[in-house]
Amino acid sequence: MKSLSDPPAAFSVSCPVSASRYDRIVLGHGSGGRLSADLVADVFLPAFTNPTLVALEDQATVHFAPTDRIAVTTDSFVVQPIFFPGGDIGRLAVHGTVNDLAVGGAKPLSLTAAFILEEGFEIEKLRRIVASMKAACEEAGVQIVAGDTKVVERGKGDSVFITTTGIGLLPHGSALSIASARAGDRVLVSGSMGDHGLAILSVREGLSFETALESDCAPLTGLVHLMMRGSSGIRCMRDPTRGGLSSALNEIAQASGVGIEISEEAVPVRTEVRGACELLGLDPFYAACEGRLVAVVAETDAGRVLDAMRAHPLGRAARDIGSVVTSHPRVVTVRTGVGGVRTLAMLAGEALPRIC
Amino acid sequence: MCLAVPGRIVRIFADGELHMGTVAFGGVSKCVCLEHVPDAKVGDYVLVHVGFALARIDEQEARRVFEVLETLGGLEELEAT
Amino acid sequence: MKFLDEYRDAESARRLIETIRQASSRRWVLMEVCGGQTHSIVKYGLDELLSDAVELVHGPGCPVCVTPLEIIDRALAIASRPDAILCTFGDMARVPGSRTDLLALRAQGADVRVVYSPLDAVEVAARHPDRRVVFFAIGFETTAPANAMSVDLARRRRLRNFSVLVSHVRVPPAIDAIVEAPDNRVQAFLGPGHVCTVLGTGEYSELAKRHGIPIAVTGFEPIDLLAGILAAVRQLEEGRAEMQNCYGRVVLDAGNQSAQNLVTSVFEVCDRKWRGIGSIPNSGYRLRDHLREHDAEVVFDVGAIDTAESAECISGLILRGLKKPHDCPAFGTRCTPTTPLGATMVSSEGACAAYYAYGRPPRAPGLRSLPLAGMPKAAESAPGRPS
Repeated sequence: MKSLSDPPAAFSVSCPVSASRYDRIVLGHGSGGRLSADLVADVFLPAFTNPTLVALEDQATVHFAPTDRIAVTTDSFVVQPIFFPGGDIGRLAVHGTVNDLAVGGAKPLSLTAAFILEEGFEIEKLRRIVASMKAACEEAGVQIVAGDTKVVERGKGDSVFITTTGIGLLPHGSALSIASARAGDRVLVSGSMGDHGLAILSVREGLSFETALESDCAPLTGLVHLMMRGSSGIRCMRDPTRGGLSSALNEIAQASGVGIEISEEAVPVRTEVRGACELLGLDPFYAACEGRLVAVVAETDAGRVLDAMRAHPLGRAARDIGSVVTSHPRVVTVRTGVGGVRTLAMLAGEALPRIC
Repeated sequence: MCLAVPGRIVRIFADGELHMGTVAFGGVSKCVCLEHVPDAKVGDYVLVHVGFALARIDEQEARRVFEVLETLGGLEELEAT
Repeated sequence: MKFLDEYRDAESARRLIETIRQASSRRWVLMEVCGGQTHSIVKYGLDELLSDAVELVHGPGCPVCVTPLEIIDRALAIASRPDAILCTFGDMARVPGSRTDLLALRAQGADVRVVYSPLDAVEVAARHPDRRVVFFAIGFETTAPANAMSVDLARRRRLRNFSVLVSHVRVPPAIDAIVEAPDNRVQAFLGPGHVCTVLGTGEYSELAKRHGIPIAVTGFEPIDLLAGILAAVRQLEEGRAEMQNCYGRVVLDAGNQSAQNLVTSVFEVCDRKWRGIGSIPNSGYRLRDHLREHDAEVVFDVGAIDTAESAECISGLILRGLKKPHDCPAFGTRCTPTTPLGATMVSSEGACAAYYAYGRPPRAPGLRSLPLAGMPKAAESAPGRPS
């Protein structure tokens, strides 16, 4: 946060600020002057408060032991609509980045959060998003230690875009890699596929349908911790976000140079997700998840890891869905219910509903 | 061509002049036009294509192929009467 | 899900497959007309499970694939108009015209909206009285009642800003064209189950009699497809040539009268060009004259349409069942779902797209040797895989 020219004392959070006379974002909120400072003090600091952040330095200092390795990841969030069943763009921005760290075996520590706000965006909605991020941080055990705000003209941004960068600590000796899958390994999923993707579609104009389906957005740190405790046989984990289960499996198959075969019947899919996919002509294996993981585990360890998953609230529906094979390297196949086999190719472009 | 899905009518109502219904497809519901299945009642299953019910599903006929499979006899019996 | 899950039952499928294999004395050539049937066959691997008993040839039943290039270019020209909103089914959104496609146009600022139902497009017109809303009305006869209803509703609600760009095609003339072609290899048809739900089976009885060829009216789930294939094989073995309704739970011989009446009141039969095939007489629908104000071809004067078809694309031969996707030199290399040369690759149930998505030679050479669970007569086997 660069251009704050006044001394820190002027930004004490106990001082009521004139930003509150605005109920919508104006270009001045991004100018780096008084209004920007007011926005930070009025909206962001009270929610994300921690000693590092309120110091309002240009950078945050994070402490860790010399023997640790750090994991770092970044993601941008542009979801529409910004409020959807089961979550919002803020919750997604926190858990999405936390999960990218967690599936690498890293303990998520700190996040940065950069906001691009559209002129005219209601500040009340921004407060809701920020409050949601605060709750998500608490749930995930992380803090937001640095941030930024920019404003773009009306029409040049979709209400709000959020970019989060996450830093995590990798325990000594941890060596998860998507290139390490081997023939015979089992493929596990932590729960039902496609909940997030279909929950978003259910409120999309032109395609909406009535459902109780909610996004599965959640932090996976606790689940991963249970899985890794007492098991050294986990080769890699992936959270199947955009592109769904198919992308996650294809990426592993490509990186490891192996084939993967899964059983269609073994993959958990909620009835509502199936119903919506049948209706729109979509495939649940391509629909996004935001609180699920796919794990490749050595055969000897698979049973133990599966039990550990099922002991956690986010892994109750965990299943063994297939295995790593040598017969068709870099190709993922699905054994269908009727005994045939088909390839699960990477999604080509947007998944669109069909009539044919 | 012609992706059509079976669903159960849970509600029937009028939208302006149109005879409409809420149809459930395994846990999700959608508004469907019932103009072409005027005799369908709540609880009936209909075949839906692009938001229109094209036919009521005949439960007896639906069982046919399985009854025939049981006997695994000639499939001329499969021809609808 | 009721009336869906039962028709995907593994045990029933196994029994039907075994019965078909035992029933066929030679490798009969069957054509499934509908793209949705093609999609299902390839997705469940039914063609590979039956490959020694039956050769399944894919037909032109993909209204997206056969929509003439001129009409797609016309849709693109209309979408480019600043006062227009073009509503379309998802299927058409990525189909390449001569130079671009609807999604690419949207990226450049055109108002292109994907809808689930034609009625959604009517709602858009009601909400935007200052804009001209066009619905891209494609489909076989199955979709005609819905498309007709949208025009009828717009007329009754006096939504003058609503029009449809029609590209409807009818199946029976296409079957005539296929059977009458000198190089035809098809010996029996799996008839289009959802088309018959609307129109009934009369035309197909007529076709079966006229051409002396069995037609099994078939659904779309694995059990339905296998039941239809078995019925067709039995007829061929016994030298019969009849229409057989294997989808009786929704198909009545008379079809859906109410839907038919609406279609007749809004559309009339006309000649229609099929992309890759050419003009087939009486194979299309167009809006009746009294509904001209809702005909986008009349409402929008987009000038001369100058089409440019890819020289490499062999969609036409594929749609007529004369070639398979992997016979095409561009398949999987220059032509992929993200860089399609023609409609059969980009339409979700075009044969090329189905082959590419679900894995057919030569792209995944290892697949042919995968064991087929529980099939004692399976010719191939792979090392060490338990069934």
